[in-house]
Amino acid sequence: MDLLLGAVVLGVLLGCFYAAVSVGLSVSFGLLDVPHVAHPAFLVLASYGVYQLNESYDIDPLLAGLALTPLFFLFGLLAYRVYYETFEKRGSDAGVRGIAFFFGIAFIIEVLIILQFGVDQRSVSATYIGKAWRFGEFRIPIRQLVAFAVALALTVLLAVYLSKTFMGRAIRAVAQDEEALRLMGANPVRIKQFAFGIATAVLGIAGALLIIVAPVEPTLDRAYIGRTFCVVVMAGLGSISGTLIAAIILGVAESIVLTLFGASWAPAISFAMLLGVLAVRPQGLLGR
Amino acid sequence: MTKHRNSIVFWAGVAVFLVAVLAMTQIVRNEYPFFAGYVILQFIALAVAWSILGGYAGYVNFGTNAFFGVGVYTAVALFKATGAPLVVQIGAAAVVGMTLGFGVGLLTLRMRGIFFSIATIALAIIIETFVMNWRFVGGAAGIQIQRPPVMAPFDSYVKMLFFVQALLAVTAVAIARYIQNSRIGRGLQALRDDELAAECTGVPTLKLKLVACMISGALISAAGAPAAMYLQYADPSSAFNLSYSVSALAMALIGGTAHWIGPVLGAILLGSTQQLLAVTISSEVNVLVLGIMLVLFVVGAPKGIIGLLRPRYRLRAGGKP
Repeated sequence: MDLLLGAVVLGVLLGCFYAAVSVGLSVSFGLLDVPHVAHPAFLVLASYGVYQLNESYDIDPLLAGLALTPLFFLFGLLAYRVYYETFEKRGSDAGVRGIAFFFGIAFIIEVLIILQFGVDQRSVSATYIGKAWRFGEFRIPIRQLVAFAVALALTVLLAVYLSKTFMGRAIRAVAQDEEALRLMGANPVRIKQFAFGIATAVLGIAGALLIIVAPVEPTLDRAYIGRTFCVVVMAGLGSISGTLIAAIILGVAESIVLTLFGASWAPAISFAMLLGVLAVRPQGLLGR
Repeated sequence: MTKHRNSIVFWAGVAVFLVAVLAMTQIVRNEYPFFAGYVILQFIALAVAWSILGGYAGYVNFGTNAFFGVGVYTAVALFKATGAPLVVQIGAAAVVGMTLGFGVGLLTLRMRGIFFSIATIALAIIIETFVMNWRFVGGAAGIQIQRPPVMAPFDSYVKMLFFVQALLAVTAVAIARYIQNSRIGRGLQALRDDELAAECTGVPTLKLKLVACMISGALISAAGAPAAMYLQYADPSSAFNLSYSVSALAMALIGGTAHWIGPVLGAILLGSTQQLLAVTISSEVNVLVLGIMLVLFVVGAPKGIIGLLRPRYRLRAGGKP
């Protein structure tokens, strides 16, 4: 029983971390409808950026992640511009080629990381990595607690940003009715580009959390395709509060299966849940 | 009349090709061309099979590796359990691939494009996880395969596999060609251009997509079945390697999906480039070239190589005359 309780607690911590790696996708795919299968590849790329900064200059991984956000913001602006000019603007056949485009980008990133860093696992060093708190039977690694706290703060901040600020509301408006916004004199493409920039910038921090929670390897993005899309679809497209709930459900489910059946089944859980959600309730938990 | 003549030209070409392949296995002594050629033929089969659903119907399947791996492991399990000959392994793989295609189709083909694509990635990872936990076929560590004695008229197993894979590639091309020219193909193209409009005008869209998914799945699994014999080894992470999905999709899109010849051209061009690069540089650079070509073509030449060669296909892109 204690074992199961421990699994649930760790699952909640893990779930908040999953929320942080998924919120960006919740904006880019959920709100903007961009088939962004390269999202997890950008995430892993950010982790390697954090690794490099930590390794060469001994910067704290969280600070390194923060330092990467402006760079990723620009990266996101550029990626959306290319996507818009080549697919959305031309209209026809955008779906098929848009998906293939991001799939190709994800693969290029993966190979570039392998060429630069090799296939071995990489990890960062910081004072809070390696220690743990003990509560009687079970222990909670401090790295998990740090990731949990930062992830929760990040998700809540983004939710507040999207619901309270002018720009955030503009982003949600463009997601709901682009044409109406255009008639009111706003430029929907610029708003969407900015939103995509934000969604990518968040990955700087999320990438730092990824490498804090566990060592990373170049092909890790494949597992996170399942996790991030599972969370975003289960949440109901574009719902940030739903993202948090769905991520916690996924985290707890993974943690329990891991405890009961062992690690060899872990990769399939998020994908199985994703298929289940798509088959049973495609509009998600909080979907319209 | 021209259609009839086209058919004669096509089947004559097929006959010449197969005779040439067979003659090559009898004359050429060096085994390397067969090792390399096998892989290119396999890519032709995969790219053509992928394009039946992905090209004609516009449903981007990321799960080529799922069907491929299922083909590999159907053959492995069958061979280990009963020692069945290669022909039976391939037939069984095709049946299992077709069944899987039917299941996947039922579950996912009502989904909007991107959801279908993600679901096919999901499928690959779930099946891979099952195989990793399946002791009988070696689990995550993989399994060694002892090749049975080779059959006449071939003097080495690799030459025989080369010929078998040539047959599979030809089968895939013939089926893709038949579908393209038949009512099925026209229906698929109609639903790719506008699924709702096709549905409204009485095209049985779901049925057509299911048929396409089953045929595509059967062909991919069949092409994968001899892989364990080729490598004399099978393990889940190579059999279900995502690079099969990228290759099939990239080769089909780079060649162009409006005509069956597109995926064939793409597979020959990229397959031989890859063989060359793998020998001279490294397999990572291979995949990089594949990815970059895919992105460049998707952005710059939406109708692929055949679109560049034949402006008729390019003009169709924007719906302009």
